[in-house]
Amino acid sequence: MNARNRELLALVPAALLLSAGFAAVFFSRDSLVGGLNGTNTVSDVSLTYGGIFLGLCVAAHLVLRFTLPNADPYLFPLVALLACFGLVEIYRIDDGLARQQAQWFVIGLIAFAATIIVLRDYRKLERYRYTIAAAGIVLLLLPRAFAPTNGAYLSIRLGSLSIQPAEFAKIAIVVFLASYLRDTRQVLLLGSRRIAGVTVPPLKHFGPLLVVWGSAMVLLFFIQDIGSSLMFYGGFLAVLYVATSRLSFPAIGLALFAAGAWALYQIRPTIENRVAAWKDPFDPSQYDKPIGGSYQLAQSLYAQADGGLFGVGFGQSVLKLPAKDCASTINCSLLPAPHTDFIYAVITNELGLVGACGLLCVYVLVLQRGFKIAMLARDGFSKLLAVGLTSVFALQVFVIVGGVTKLIPLTGVTLPFVSYGGSSIVANFVLLALLLLVSERARREA
Amino acid sequence: MNEPIRRVFGVFMVMLLLLVGSTSWWTIVRANDLNHKHADQNTRAQLRGLKVKRGVIRADDGTILARSVRTPEDIYSRRYPTGPLFGHAVGYSYTTSGQSGLEQYYDDDLSGKRGDVETLLDQLRGRSTEGDRLQTTLDPKAQQVAIQQLAGRKGSVVALDPRTGAIKAMASVPGFDPNDARDPQAFRRLQTDEAGSPLFNRATQAGYPPGSTFKVVTTIAALDSGKFTPQSQLDGKSPRTVSGTPLQNDAGESFGVIDLTTALTKSVNTVYAQVAERVGAATMKDYMERLGFDKKPPLDYPRNQIAASGLYTSKGKRLSVTSGQVDIGRVGIGQERLRVTPLQMAMVAAAVANGGKLMKPHFGDKVVDADGRTVRTIKPEVYSQAMSASTAAQVRDMMGKVVEEGTGTAAALQGISVAGKTGTAEIDIAQNITQPWFIAFAPKDNPRIAVAATVERTQGGFGGVVAAPIAKAVMESLLGG
Repeated sequence: MNARNRELLALVPAALLLSAGFAAVFFSRDSLVGGLNGTNTVSDVSLTYGGIFLGLCVAAHLVLRFTLPNADPYLFPLVALLACFGLVEIYRIDDGLARQQAQWFVIGLIAFAATIIVLRDYRKLERYRYTIAAAGIVLLLLPRAFAPTNGAYLSIRLGSLSIQPAEFAKIAIVVFLASYLRDTRQVLLLGSRRIAGVTVPPLKHFGPLLVVWGSAMVLLFFIQDIGSSLMFYGGFLAVLYVATSRLSFPAIGLALFAAGAWALYQIRPTIENRVAAWKDPFDPSQYDKPIGGSYQLAQSLYAQADGGLFGVGFGQSVLKLPAKDCASTINCSLLPAPHTDFIYAVITNELGLVGACGLLCVYVLVLQRGFKIAMLARDGFSKLLAVGLTSVFALQVFVIVGGVTKLIPLTGVTLPFVSYGGSSIVANFVLLALLLLVSERARREA
Repeated sequence: MNEPIRRVFGVFMVMLLLLVGSTSWWTIVRANDLNHKHADQNTRAQLRGLKVKRGVIRADDGTILARSVRTPEDIYSRRYPTGPLFGHAVGYSYTTSGQSGLEQYYDDDLSGKRGDVETLLDQLRGRSTEGDRLQTTLDPKAQQVAIQQLAGRKGSVVALDPRTGAIKAMASVPGFDPNDARDPQAFRRLQTDEAGSPLFNRATQAGYPPGSTFKVVTTIAALDSGKFTPQSQLDGKSPRTVSGTPLQNDAGESFGVIDLTTALTKSVNTVYAQVAERVGAATMKDYMERLGFDKKPPLDYPRNQIAASGLYTSKGKRLSVTSGQVDIGRVGIGQERLRVTPLQMAMVAAAVANGGKLMKPHFGDKVVDADGRTVRTIKPEVYSQAMSASTAAQVRDMMGKVVEEGTGTAAALQGISVAGKTGTAEIDIAQNITQPWFIAFAPKDNPRIAVAATVERTQGGFGGVVAAPIAKAVMESLLGG
């Protein structure tokens, strides 16, 4: 069986999950309507969003069949599975959101197809690497020009649209790093000296690396976003390590990051607040703070505890507070942002540890495919690009899931392909397109 | 470059494993703690409860004591048709005020909580969750009589069936209407009423000095340990020095050498102090424990609404009877630092009434599901064999004399023989403030009801005058019906 037929077959589980999920929400709508569980109205029409989404998956598959016949056959079905997971959960939270999410999938898949067609030879990206790097930094700093939300500068508003430029910046920065490090990896290695048993890169090339470190610190300082900076910097360290094969490089990098973060922790109250809320979310003094407290983290943990091993059951999560005038679930939600930052907590609440592990397993498979593509790739840029893209993807999962499970301080980023959010979906589809482009090239030559 | 890639993948695998670990930590390891011990922050259980139609609570004659009504917001809310009648026993269940009483104790049944598998099966069968119904042993008529008899005086009455431990009436005045707990402001007023403490269940929580009703406990220890018989002759001279201070009989009355039966009938302090001293603290402690003292009674009621009876220091700490600081002679006549609940004294009467076998007190009779099937029956259970049947018979006859010719004649019923014991604890000697008590059971030879009644802080009221008529009326109501 060729790759594309395998892909088509692998889309079946996603289709089944979507159908079953939508049917489950649809049939339990009586107990959802007007109740405390969430969805206010589940109309018959909304069932069609599921159908539209399946149609889109087939369309994307056809695009791949004609443009990238040899690319990895499992990556797209895995992503479709994640997207189905998210769409069903969002449909269950609020069917109006599911409609918008389905629309975002249309835009995301258009971006996906466009990336594949425009960047047939993605290696030409290398030529524009400084432009791309500059664009990435501008994108990152852009939210600084707008009002902060919840003490962090994460999004900008254009009319009714809220855009999170960091989602796009992560791709730009990875492209730059892959290209830059492919060039300098030899010099980094050859110019290195061993001091006290530790390989130290030459001072001349230390500069650009310090720039990356500095950017991460600036990000932390201005954007006040621990999660995003961890994501970018972690991606950088992964690429740096793969490029040089020297453990000392990422180790030095990690130490520098820790030192910088500690220094910032001393002077920025926002970060300090977040760490305090993280340390003891159940402490009433943190819990009852109107702004910047631990209410949302504590509620996230309560939601997960409520789920237990098997979860309370689909559509059974208590999401809504009993208020009379409540237009939408997310306006009077017990757990804030159930459709974006805290969707993992809602999934754990409803499907339990078992469901959460299932979701994490899908992510593991995505990562496995991503690194497999990196290993199969022939040239340095392709390898580093695939490693970088897969790493930032993995780190994004780690940052948000680690945040809502109190493993690390909480930062609001989306759970890739599962959370509601236009920027996230479009950016991650572009990321997916780049990975498939690398894969196509590697497997065609093989 | 493939080896580093493999290692990077390995690092991410470890990170994702950490995520599985942290998710397990909250969903499994800490789940119980978060779900049950953070009710102020985690309102999920209560919110979910609003979607469930809680089962009704019924009295033994079928009267509905609590039921759920559907509100326009499509949630359920609790109503208590009998209002303040069973406020303490039944309790309340509201999101804003929390839960108390039987509503709290039987919450799992009333809200239809079952095992995971059963819930799953119910969902598959398409059955909506509806709570089970609770059938209680409470008797509304007797309860009504008990509250009327207390007539607004602070105090409490407990009546139970000595053969089974089934509680028939439990009155605590001042009471409250559980419907008021629905309104946060009204509930706040109930909570902050320091003078009346209406939410406080005096029957199970109040620590009152038992006065001479405790002589029944001393009698049980004296006879069952074999150290005394009802005919034992003792000197009833007053005053008598006990633990270095003179002890007087009521009104300073002096008796000659009298037997134990007479001493109980006339409630002679000086005799009973000698008895307790000779029985000894260790034996007294043993019999007190057999009768349920020193422990919270095993009632189907929230633990935080039950207090253990026994000796307490002035700071409220538990004190052992065998402690060297305890004046055992005065313990024997219900003085010292004894603090007892009306429920405990009703259990003492019940143990004597039931041939020495003390049954566990309980409100619940059975749990019935929404389709009318009995889910579970609360069977009578033995708490302890507090004394031998022959001791019980002797104590019963002695208590019979109290009502026939002693201090408790006001409790005598027409055509039914009653056994009982009065008590008049001195609260404030200078102001002549007393706490009258009466414990009793009837019919004497085939007891079907045991009762304890007490009134707080009366102006010189005697147990035989103030408390005995209350107990009498409640027994009359229960035996007549």
